[in-house]
Parts: sequence; structure tokens; C-alpha cells
Amino acid sequence: MSLLEVEDLRVRFSRKGGPTTTAVDGVSFSVDAGEVVGLVGESGCGKSVTSLAVMGLLPRRGTTVTGSVRFDGTDLLTLSPGQLARRRGSDLAMVFQDPMTSLNPVLTLGRQLTEVLRTHTGMNRSAAKKEAVELLGRVGIPDPRRRAGEYPHQLSGGMRQRVLIAIALACTPRLIIADEPTTALDVTIQAQVLDLLTALVRESGTAMVLITHDLGVVAGTCDRVNVLYAGRVVEQAGKRELFAEPRHRYTTGLLNAVPRVDAPEGTALQPVPGSVRDLLPWAQGCAFSPRCGVADEGCRSGEIALSGSEHGAGHRARCVHPAEVGV
Amino acid sequence: MNDVLLSVRDLAVHYPIRSGILQRTVGAVKAVDGVSLEVPRGTTYGLVGESGCGKSTLGRAVLRLSEPTAGSVHIGGQDLLALRPEALRRERRRLQMVFQDPLASLDPRQTVESALTEPMAVHGLPGGPSAWRTRVRGLLDRVGLPSNAGSKYPHEFSGGQRQRVGIARALVLDPELLVADEPVSALDVSVQAQVLVLLEELQRDLGLTYLVIAHDLAVVKHVSTTVGVMYLGGLVEEGPSGPLYARPLHPYTRALLSAAPVPDPVAEAKRERILLTGDLPSPADPPSGCRFRTRCPWVQPTRCHEERPQLRVVDGHTADQKVACHFAEDIEAGRILPREVAPAA
Repeated sequence: MSLLEVEDLRVRFSRKGGPTTTAVDGVSFSVDAGEVVGLVGESGCGKSVTSLAVMGLLPRRGTTVTGSVRFDGTDLLTLSPGQLARRRGSDLAMVFQDPMTSLNPVLTLGRQLTEVLRTHTGMNRSAAKKEAVELLGRVGIPDPRRRAGEYPHQLSGGMRQRVLIAIALACTPRLIIADEPTTALDVTIQAQVLDLLTALVRESGTAMVLITHDLGVVAGTCDRVNVLYAGRVVEQAGKRELFAEPRHRYTTGLLNAVPRVDAPEGTALQPVPGSVRDLLPWAQGCAFSPRCGVADEGCRSGEIALSGSEHGAGHRARCVHPAEVGV
Repeated sequence: MNDVLLSVRDLAVHYPIRSGILQRTVGAVKAVDGVSLEVPRGTTYGLVGESGCGKSTLGRAVLRLSEPTAGSVHIGGQDLLALRPEALRRERRRLQMVFQDPLASLDPRQTVESALTEPMAVHGLPGGPSAWRTRVRGLLDRVGLPSNAGSKYPHEFSGGQRQRVGIARALVLDPELLVADEPVSALDVSVQAQVLVLLEELQRDLGLTYLVIAHDLAVVKHVSTTVGVMYLGGLVEEGPSGPLYARPLHPYTRALLSAAPVPDPVAEAKRERILLTGDLPSPADPPSGCRFRTRCPWVQPTRCHEERPQLRVVDGHTADQKVACHFAEDIEAGRILPREVAPAA
């Protein structure tokens, strides 16, 4: 049994008098301890909503969450808000994209760190303070003692993201969900932050869910990958298999559309036509089929299952005409 | 072939820092500090660098949207900085900008057709309203928008379509130079390529010249004929995109390229990262000598601290590739070794 097992997760948002939107439509994946699992997709694919649902951070009003999120055997969806709050911060931690809006601008960094420690571990003030300085040092903040007395606006973006990571690590969580943790950062700083996160996962056996739109970040960081489109997992594979033998036409389309720094000169990009708005409801076939070059009638009817191939049960794709392996 | 459309010489944009009750100038943020570059007609110059390096300010200064402090900008031989306001306004027909966020650069209460006809009215293009509307329809079709796009409002479009509208708007006055500041960074990955391909087609068909500003090294490589790498207000390296990406000379270019993620796990596992320490220094108080020396793993005593390196050609590289580093040859040959950098420092 894996540490985190998400099964058939569905999130629906309804508005008074408005239509119901299904943001996440039956997503299943699992994460083991010491493993980085990627959720990849474009805007609106449901990757962030999935992570918020796992953490129980979606607004209660107007939101229906079904399925199960088993963390170490307990279904998080059945916990009361109080029970869940005790889990968050201690067992489960989250790192968001924008560190400026996630940190409190009027509290010192030290205070924001000690708050977590004192709430969840019951440390006294001076022990928490000492631990906070130690944590800041661990995430590579120079002169942590002085920095602990500073406010978020006094730090650069990369430093702020390190502080968020330090807060996430404070109670040695068993699962970290990082939602686009480096999207707001420059490439050189991005490389530093990703190195830091993966090193922490490897050292302490923490499980990590990495949410990103950047296939390059996935290739460098994840062990296993789930590609999402319109609220469903369309391909699920180990990192090497996914990049070496992508099967879903959306995955192959993305890989051919991304410019690469190591591409030979004159390599033409092959754009995916249309936009993520042009989709077919999953109930009527494949949501990607309006943008797909090989879609036919078979793609526009009925349920398309996430199925494995003869090359391995771990590599599954939700596609009627998957790309041939080895072509 | 040597038809240079845009020529920038020693351009500087300094923003004064005022302080005290008299608002005396106490210093300056040197956003752009001595940049020279040339863009031949029909080619693309890509400016790449991290946030705060001055690339956007440079782009705006080229169009005189930010007033340069020193230096010169020539467009097709015309000195842009010498122009008086009315003459500048007329000259702007030849220079247009494509912005990062097309929604922010379009009026939400104006239909696309009305927004695109306006510049033609402002510049008094011949033909009158009906001819202008025909031109707008032709352009919308050219950038790949449906025929009813003109009567819609900006919010009715998806991100990629909005950027197509932004490009059509820039093309309305039949410009020669397009400055595109992060033209695809707000778009989804699958849509980015559509816009990049469109920009390429338009360049080929209309003979446009581009100055593309972006932080994404792969995007810049893909679109550019020549690439300039900026750091803290200055160019540290410039060269044809192929050779520059294959054999980068400046330590900063090397570090940037080594940090750019590649969608290929095999390449990712093999690559050697050049880690940089610390953050970008403040452009209000740049380091003496080489501006990159505070973060450079190959920094040498004295010379790097005292003398600001100028762009120069290095033996064994094409004459178009120029680097602003005193020790480029020694670094490339491995005669100077990088100092150890603690990974998390």
C-alpha cells in the first residue's frame, strides 16, 4: 500500500442558479514514501484543484468532493475539519506558487516558522526559535539568525520560496504537495529550489506530489508522472517511459510543441491546434479529440478507459489510437 | 545583406532615486547601462536574461516608451532620440510592440475591430473607415482568427487567440520593427508553439524585423537569428543562436543554459549544473568591474573587480560571437577552474 492513494477523485463546483462544473473527473494516482510524483497539465486541467482537494483546502460551500484520498490508511475526505487541520502542517504540507501571497507580510519569518512548530509539536518559545533558525539554514538561507527577524518583503523571490519550503518542512511532514513551486522564479533560482526539494525528499523519505506545467521540470525531478487533461488522467507512466515512449496523443503533441534549448538548429515546432477550451465532455468520448490529428468516430463516443499496454502495466494511456511504441 | 534596420549605441536608461523632503536625486537605478546592438532587416534579435536584468526596459527604450538617459537608437538611419514629439508619433508607425498580457493591452470595452481600426484613424491612413475595416478583417484572417472575431470583445477569446489579436493590432500600421516582450510566456504550452509559428510565418511573408524579449532560453533560441544575453543592465554575450547555445562562452550564459530544464530525463540526468551563489545585485549599486563577479564561479582576483569587460571576439569562435569576460579563453580551455559552490548556498 502506498503512502497516499487517491482514488476516483471527483470535484464539482456548483453555483446558485449556474451550471455545475466538474473540475476533477475521476482522478486516481498513488505516491510512495521517498518518491516524487508529477501531475502535469495546462491551465484548467484540474491539477491544482486535485491538490487542494487532497489537502482539504477547497471551500466547503458549493463544492462536492467524492472518491477517496487515503493517507497512510485513513481517508482524509472523511475527517472532520479539526482532525484535518491537525494533519496539515504536521503530516501533510504544501508549497504554493507565489511565496509573497502565502507569507504574512506583517509577521517576521521567524514568527511564521515558530507558529507552525508551536502549534503542531508543542515546543516552547525558545526551542521553537532555535529550530526555526536551524530550518532556515537547512534550506540554504545565509545568515539565518538575522533573517529570522526580517519580514517577507526584505527577501528576494527565491529566498521567500525557500522560507515557504522551510515552513513546509518544519514538522517533518510525510507528504509535501508542491504546486508550481518554481514557476515564479528565474531559471537559475528554479534549479536551486528544485535541487533543494528533491534532496530533502531523498534524504528524509518524504513523499512529494509536484504539480507543474513544465515538462522540463518533470524530466528533471519526478519519478512517476500523471498527465492531466480536462480533469482526467490521460497518461500515467514512469518518467523514462513517458518521455521515451509517450502514448497519448496529447502527451506526444505537447512534447513536439515545446521548444528545447538542446534542439538542433532549424527544428520546426509542431503546435497542437486549438486551445484547452475546445473540448468534448468526457461522457461523449475523448476530451482531447477536437484538437487531435488522428481522432476519428471511435474517439467521439462512449467511455475511453485508461489502459495499459503489453509493454508494462505501469504505463497506461486513455487513448483509442495511442502512438506506436518505438516509432 | 548588411541592411541594418535597428541600431542601438551605448544606450542607457537610468531611473533617478529621490529622497528627502527636497526630493534630491541621491542615486540612480541603472536599468540599462551601455548596451549596443544591431538588428539587420528581416532577422530576429532575441534578448534573454532573468528578471531585473533590464531587457524589458531596453525594449521600451528602443521605442522611446522609456526615455533613454544616454546613447542613440537609429531605425533605418533615422535617429529616434532626436525626434520631436510629433515627428516621433509619425515614426512610431514603423515600430510596434507586442505585449506579454494581451488582455491587459486591449481595452475591455472595445470590440476587436474598433480597437484595430483606431490606430489607422489616428495615423490618418488613406481610404477611410470602410477600407480600414477591410484591412482589419484581412489581418484577423491572416493571424488565424475566425471571421466573426472583429465584432467580439477581448474577454471572449482564449489566451492564444488574444495574443493573435495583439499581434494583429501591432501589424495594423504595417510596421517594419516589432518589439515583442515575452510574447508567449502567458500562454499554455500547447498554444505557445502556435504563436511562435505564426510569428515566423509573418516574418517570412511580410519581411518583418523582430526584437524578441523573453526569459525562456528555449523560446529565444527557437525564434532568434542572433541572441543577446543580458545581466544587470548590460550584454554579457551575443552571437548567432546556434553557436551561442552550442558553445556558450560567458560564465553567466553557461549557468543559464545549464539550469534550463529539458523535457528529456536522459539529458536531465547527465547534465552538469553550474550553480550560482546568491541573488542578482541591486542595479542601483552594481558591483565594480565585472557585474557578474559577485556570483561568478570563475571569478579571479583584481582584474574582475577593477575593469568592466567589453564585448570582444574570442579565438576559435565565429567572429559574430562576442563575450564580455576577461577570462573567456581560460575558462573554456579549463585553465581556470570554478570554485566550489555549496549547493544550497
